[in-house]
Amino acid sequence: MDLFLQQVFNGIMLGSTYAIVALGLTLVFGILNIPNFAHGHLYMLGAYICFTLMTRLEVGFWTALIVSTLALGVIGVVVERLVYRPLKDQPHINSFISAIGALMILENGVMAIWGPQGQRIPNPYPEPLEILGIVMTQQRLLLIGVTVTLILLLQLFIKKTTLGSTIEAVAQDSEGAALVGINVNRVSSLTFAISTAMAATAACMIAPIFIITPSMGALLGMKAFIICILGGLGSIPGAIVGGVILGLMEALGGGYISAAYKDVYAFGALILILAVKPTGLFGRKEA
Amino acid sequence: MTFFKKNGLKLLLLFIALAVPWVVPSRYVFQILINCCLFAIGTLSLNLILGFTGQASLAHAGFFGIGAYGVALLTKAGVSFWIALPVSALLAAAIGVGVGLPTLRTRGSYFAISTLCMGVIIEIVAGNWVSLTGGQTGVVGIPTPSPIVLPGIGEIAFATQTAQYYLVLAFLLFTLAFMHRLVYSLKGLGYMAVRNNEVLADAVGQNTFAVKLQAFVIANFFVGLAGGIYASLLGSISPSVASINITFNFLVYLLLGGVATLAGPVIGAFAIPVLMEYLQALQQYSMIIFGVLLILVIIYFPRGFMGGLTSLWNRIKGPSPGKG
Repeated sequence: MDLFLQQVFNGIMLGSTYAIVALGLTLVFGILNIPNFAHGHLYMLGAYICFTLMTRLEVGFWTALIVSTLALGVIGVVVERLVYRPLKDQPHINSFISAIGALMILENGVMAIWGPQGQRIPNPYPEPLEILGIVMTQQRLLLIGVTVTLILLLQLFIKKTTLGSTIEAVAQDSEGAALVGINVNRVSSLTFAISTAMAATAACMIAPIFIITPSMGALLGMKAFIICILGGLGSIPGAIVGGVILGLMEALGGGYISAAYKDVYAFGALILILAVKPTGLFGRKEA
Repeated sequence: MTFFKKNGLKLLLLFIALAVPWVVPSRYVFQILINCCLFAIGTLSLNLILGFTGQASLAHAGFFGIGAYGVALLTKAGVSFWIALPVSALLAAAIGVGVGLPTLRTRGSYFAISTLCMGVIIEIVAGNWVSLTGGQTGVVGIPTPSPIVLPGIGEIAFATQTAQYYLVLAFLLFTLAFMHRLVYSLKGLGYMAVRNNEVLADAVGQNTFAVKLQAFVIANFFVGLAGGIYASLLGSISPSVASINITFNFLVYLLLGGVATLAGPVIGAFAIPVLMEYLQALQQYSMIIFGVLLILVIIYFPRGFMGGLTSLWNRIKGPSPGKG
């Protein structure tokens, strides 16, 4: 029973990271129709910026987190501008290939600067806690807390502010939105900035728990795509539920069946689902 | 004479290809050229599914790996290379059917993502199924292709680089000839119809799913073939033969060379690795340079080197439409 609860907790912790990364992806993929395949790599870059700030410049964890989040927001805008916007009216697959170019630059650029070996960020809150026989650290609890806060803030932003509602307007009908005077390009930049900034926050929160490597983004990016497809493109609740389900699936599968194949479950699940329903579980008809 | 006029360039290229063993400067460069032939086969097969049928299969290296592991394990078990190779390529094709049935129901980015997942699964399985694949250490001591015995003449052995080169060249020419026949046939037109407009192709009576599956399976057969030869010539393999980086390499060769042409993939698969060798200093940054090139090419020259060449040729020849 203890093992079960422990794995559920780990699953939720992992799942909340997945949720937040998938949330950013679902914004750009579902709303802007950009298959940002480099999303996981931008997440990885966020972790490395946090690492450099904390170890080289010796700033505090929260400062590093905020700087990294802002930096990735700016980088997100740049990436959207250079990599995706020139391909706006072309088939999806062209953006996808362009994204592969971007992720090759990011992964190998990070490798050239920081080296291929894993790095560790000092854990700011390492004290272990034990609740109901589950061992957790403050950092892990904090991660879940930050995730929930971020999701609530995003929801408030989209639903309650004018700027946020322009995102929704573009999602519903980008031509219609342009007609009523919304600058679609600006919304596109804004959405991208939010998306990559959230990925950076998630990366900074989880980096002290695991080792960071240049290749960590690739797998996470793929999983984020899986979650988006599971939860339905552009659906914020879908990304959250999908993320937690995937986290639980990996933690329980890894704990009870085989840890070596833990990454296979997610991919297998996706292929199974696509086999039954080619547009994803809650998917809309593709354009 | 018209035959020579029409095919002069091709014959010249063939002559150069055959003469390579006499002009190649070192064993090292020779080995690169041998690998290039295999990459060219892989890129040509990716071209069939991505370039002509419009489906971005990112599990391509996975099937390269299946072919490689198939030949490695079978030949180590004592099966002749000449049986192991077709069996492994057919295995890649058969697994292609299994993968294609669910994934080809999806479209566009969805297909790319689900095949990518499939590719990752293949690599993870290769790295973890220790009893069969040897895990992360892979398979070592794979025998080179067994000699072909020609009664009354002798035998063709494949111990020397020259012999290996002619072997891969023969397979490359076979692949090229096959692809040429295929894409310029009625079937090939069907592939392109699906690429250009799947709904329309469906409406005019193409069974688009069957067309896509066929292209996918043929592509996987050929990349499996390339993988099998690769394993046998290299002598040892590890799960990295199925890694996503190999898929990306194929993709770069294809897009820079020229997608949906037959010459493009071959040019890409030869030019890029050879260029990278001459830019040794940049080796460390090669993937970054590839990334930049990939983005620039897809934005500015979506048809790659061959596409650029064709439009340049048309411009030189003026507005009158040239032949071919």
